[in-house]
Amino acid sequence: MKLRYLVACTAAAQTLTIGAAFAQTPLTMWYHGAGNEVESAIINQIVADFNASQSDWSVSLESFPQGAYNDSVVAAALAGNLPDILDVDGPVMPNWAWAGYMQPLPLDEAVIADFLPGTKGYWDGQLYSIGLWDAAVALVTRQSTLDTLGLRTPTLAEPWSGEEFMAALDAAKAAGNWDYAFDPGMAWTGEWYPYAFSPFLQSFGGDIVDRSTYQSADGVLNGDAAMAFGEWWQSLFTGGFAPGTSQDPAARDNGFIEGRYAFSWNGNWAALNALNAFDDTLFLPAPDFGNGPKIGAASWQFGVSGTSQHPEGAAAFIEFALQDEYLAAFSNGIGLIPATASAAAMTENYAEGGAMAVFFALSEAQALVRPVTPGYVVQAKVFEKALADIANGADVADTLDAAVDEIDADIARNSGYGH
Amino acid sequence: MAVISPDNHGLRLAVRYAVLVLIAIIFVFPLVFMVMSSLKPDQQLLADTSSLRAFLPVGDVSLNNYSKAFQRAPIGLFVFNSVLVTGLTVLLCLLVCSMAGFAFVYLNWRGRDLFLSVILATLIVPFETIAIPLLLLVSKLPWIGWEGVTIGWLNSYRVQIIPWIADALTIFLFVQYFKGLPRELIEAARVEGATWFQIYWRVVMPLSGPVLATAAILKFLVMYNQYLWPLIVVQQEQYRPVMVGLQYFFQLNIAWGEVMAYLTMITVPVLAFYLALQRAFIASIASTGVKG
Repeated sequence: MKLRYLVACTAAAQTLTIGAAFAQTPLTMWYHGAGNEVESAIINQIVADFNASQSDWSVSLESFPQGAYNDSVVAAALAGNLPDILDVDGPVMPNWAWAGYMQPLPLDEAVIADFLPGTKGYWDGQLYSIGLWDAAVALVTRQSTLDTLGLRTPTLAEPWSGEEFMAALDAAKAAGNWDYAFDPGMAWTGEWYPYAFSPFLQSFGGDIVDRSTYQSADGVLNGDAAMAFGEWWQSLFTGGFAPGTSQDPAARDNGFIEGRYAFSWNGNWAALNALNAFDDTLFLPAPDFGNGPKIGAASWQFGVSGTSQHPEGAAAFIEFALQDEYLAAFSNGIGLIPATASAAAMTENYAEGGAMAVFFALSEAQALVRPVTPGYVVQAKVFEKALADIANGADVADTLDAAVDEIDADIARNSGYGH
Repeated sequence: MAVISPDNHGLRLAVRYAVLVLIAIIFVFPLVFMVMSSLKPDQQLLADTSSLRAFLPVGDVSLNNYSKAFQRAPIGLFVFNSVLVTGLTVLLCLLVCSMAGFAFVYLNWRGRDLFLSVILATLIVPFETIAIPLLLLVSKLPWIGWEGVTIGWLNSYRVQIIPWIADALTIFLFVQYFKGLPRELIEAARVEGATWFQIYWRVVMPLSGPVLATAAILKFLVMYNQYLWPLIVVQQEQYRPVMVGLQYFFQLNIAWGEVMAYLTMITVPVLAFYLALQRAFIASIASTGVKG
């Protein structure tokens, strides 16, 4: 009798469990991490944890290699084949939102109140995406280099001025111990240029586009501040301070740790290599060229596709993924800056006193998101070409004027991009 | 100054071989570099690029990059997908395009020359210009399968095969080749009462080995190297081909040794296919003057 009762109870429990599993509404998710074992393992774990944690939704994940991801999403949007949950590169988000590939993310703002500013993707006054991490850039050097050259150590509170920075490069060049005084990373083409170099322009007081209206680049990309930036930028190459656009990618990847450059402008993702190479590695804040020190912000973020019929389910998954333990797991796994201070405290490198904690502080203090406009995807390419041309000796005024014309024409062609 | 006279056969031969060896080296060295680099750790690989060591199996040589490459991506699946899609497309393309070529050369029908001109004119249209309209088309096409009638061909093998079966270049190759076959053979078969299909299948095709090999190799290369089309029509890993799979290796810090190992592995089917059809391919090139 007892056995019969036990069997009946087990059968009932199984029926309930299976029923619950069948009741889960399926959600699809695309992610850009294929090929990265660590990243894939973490995102798969989050999906598995979410699916097991509740009975309303069941997320299935499809991973793409990063280099093919954006094109795949755009093609799927044209074919009406988007998933429910997307991940999106921060600066690209406004374009996808404007094009209808994404819809506002129905997430309680209180959940992300403590998140780094660069991780929040707003467009048209609404939250569209949220990141589990951010990335930051610093001026990488060694304490021994500063000592040799007799330079003070800049801090967040007191960064180098533009003059101090150039004096440092002068001193490094005169010392003759390195191939070049400064490695800005010219071999890394594409998004690196606007991400890494537009903050210099913004520190001079210019910008890629006028953020007050987003209708023109005139006056900000070719005004006095931008001209000063352009002349300074060109002087890095004509003055022999930095390798030009023909830099070997291998030299970019390994040049600093091989001792070929005194200073390197590089991201937190490369920090561990530098720390492993030298025990006196320093990550210095960006210099202040007059309008405050700036670095880029916004990395990959999660959002809801424009065609999803279940935005509340997608938001439930995204909110689940925002837990500190996952933020810390991504940081420990792939070296990125966790989005919250509480998650940073759980990590090896970004906790207070950690080897890369300075990047969290940099992100908090100096980060400026790239122009929040659908036109950014075009403006980024125009900016990249202009900077490469100027580095190669093109006339600064003519090049910046031409870039302004191209950006303005694109904005006009797209009827102002919905601003 | 030495003069090469017509009688100086040995010297002429030596010069000819020297030139051929030089050309062979130019073509073979990238492959040698790829294979040798696949055996070295990244730091050594990058350091060796500035010397002849790049072409030699020296230093810290191992198969580590291969095992890591297998951990990073489902290489076997990608190669299987590419071989399947490529193999089926090549077979169907040879069948359909040879029939088309046969019809253009041997059958008399109204508008034949105009039709051929229109088909050949499509050779100048780059695929990129029709990629989006074709994507929209295949995303709406119906299909009858195990699940009944479904709409949309995305995420399947058929979407990678069917749009590529008919091919203007392959039709052109067959037309040119068939024009060179003796008309008497066709006429004799007609007198004997053979149907057009019998003539195509039993007379013309057995004589078409060289053009079949040429068309197969050219089509194989096009299909095996497909990137843009599968990128936009396939969102599921289970259908991805090798060239899209290459993107798995381009992370923030690129592991060049693994890239070279992957490239070495995916080059094997291409080389094997070419070597299998090499004689017929060269014979066809020699007879038709067509260069791929």
